[in-house]
Amino acid sequence: MSTHTAPASLGTPEKQITLPFSKAWEISMKSIKIRLGRSLITASGIMLGIAFFSSVRTVVLFPITQTGAAAEAARSRHSFLAIMALLVCFVGIMNSMLMSVTERFREIGTMKCLGALDQFIVTLFIIEAGIMGLFGSMIGWFLGWLIMVIPHMFGGGAHDLNRAFFGGSLAQAAQSVAIGLVITLIACIPTARSAAKMPPAAALRSEI
Amino acid sequence: MAANEYVVRTKGLVKEFRMGEESVRALNGVDLDIKRGEYLSIMGPSGSGKSTLFNAIGGLDKPDSGSVFINDVDMAQLDARELAYLRCHTIGYIFQTFNLLPSMTALENVTLPTVFAGLTTDDGIERGIEVLNLVGLGHRLHHRPTQLSGGQQQRVAIARALANNPSIVLADEPTGNLDLKTGEEIIALLRELNKKQGVTIISATHDYKMVDVSDRVVWIRDGKIAKIEERADIELAVGTIKDETAH
Ligand SMILES: Nc1ncnc2c1ncn2[C@@H]1O[C@H](COP(=O)(O)OP(=O)(O)O)[C@@H](O)[C@H]1O
Ligand SMILES: [Mg+2]
Repeated sequence: MSTHTAPASLGTPEKQITLPFSKAWEISMKSIKIRLGRSLITASGIMLGIAFFSSVRTVVLFPITQTGAAAEAARSRHSFLAIMALLVCFVGIMNSMLMSVTERFREIGTMKCLGALDQFIVTLFIIEAGIMGLFGSMIGWFLGWLIMVIPHMFGGGAHDLNRAFFGGSLAQAAQSVAIGLVITLIACIPTARSAAKMPPAAALRSEI
Repeated sequence: MAANEYVVRTKGLVKEFRMGEESVRALNGVDLDIKRGEYLSIMGPSGSGKSTLFNAIGGLDKPDSGSVFINDVDMAQLDARELAYLRCHTIGYIFQTFNLLPSMTALENVTLPTVFAGLTTDDGIERGIEVLNLVGLGHRLHHRPTQLSGGQQQRVAIARALANNPSIVLADEPTGNLDLKTGEEIIALLRELNKKQGVTIISATHDYKMVDVSDRVVWIRDGKIAKIEERADIELAVGTIKDETAH
């Protein structure tokens, strides 16, 4: 058992290998599953932001009853709301992602002690964030949509839910998910990258 | 053997921490040669620079000046990949706070370094079980850290440190969070691994129980080595040390 490999004092020191993506995927899945409660909270942050955005966007799909200047005003109010929703979304997602990376500084430091490369750690976080961003955004879009559609239906607008409406909804769903995913990754990648770059001692020192 | 007599050498290590106007010299010129296979304790009061030295030797933080040689390789010359290889294969780390990954079972924690070393899942699990048995935790493979006592968690951490068969195990206050009896068991285990596996153990501590098992004790104070005692001196002095500490 005590067959230690000869010290690498001759020639160049050996280099750490790059692990296949499947290993990162495996570890990320385990991590999401085991901290399911925490993952759900992070994903809800994303979900709520996107639900707000989606609800504002869905309204645009209903036929505009006003004409002329009033219609113009309604349109610009919607654009304003959509931008506000995006901002809220951005801040909300940023906050949950920052928290979810920061609370794991020690874990990052530990993994580096065990031989993880910085890029591997970043990959882990991208996978986790990507999955939470994807599902959070999909559910968020649906919730926001439902919240607008149900009252509209019962308010006598069922006939507005035509092919054009569903076509538009589908396009918006894709847009919401894309936006949610992009914001999640924008929030996650720089944070994870700077955390992974920290000297392990600094990462391990952080108390949370 | 002669060329490799020393597994770790440090030369003129200096590390300063600046906090606003003030600066603390945590290490102030540390020269230390550590022999292959020895059990070395780094003793000193809290704040004397033990953890800073631990971090420098383990490649967890860079010194401001001076060098650390591991197996005659200057750590400052290593790139990120070589440093990761060193942390993965050559050094095993043990911490006061165990630092197990809370989302993983004992076996998964111990297997993780084998994943980074590129072992297959099956080989990793086999190795994980082997080292967990070695530390007496073969019956707790699938427990999570929160389901284990402090002493058991530290055993998992020791098993994890040994997973890739390192030549050095670095420990920072390994008994600091344990009660007296559990601390003694952990010290005995480290000593046994040192004897049986031939692994060099370097342990920063202010636990005087550690002195009894050490081949050498390095006393550090204010970032400097105050004195180095050999096993023979220690045996003579053990009584006096214990008296000194009773103050
Ligand atoms: N990250 C840090 N920032 C500022 N000061 C630090 C830091 N780490 C250690 N120090 C200071 O350096 C000195 C040595 O600390 P340390 O090596 O942790 O001592 P020990 O482990 O022996 O208790 C102490 O005065 C401590 O306050
Ligand atoms: Mg310390």
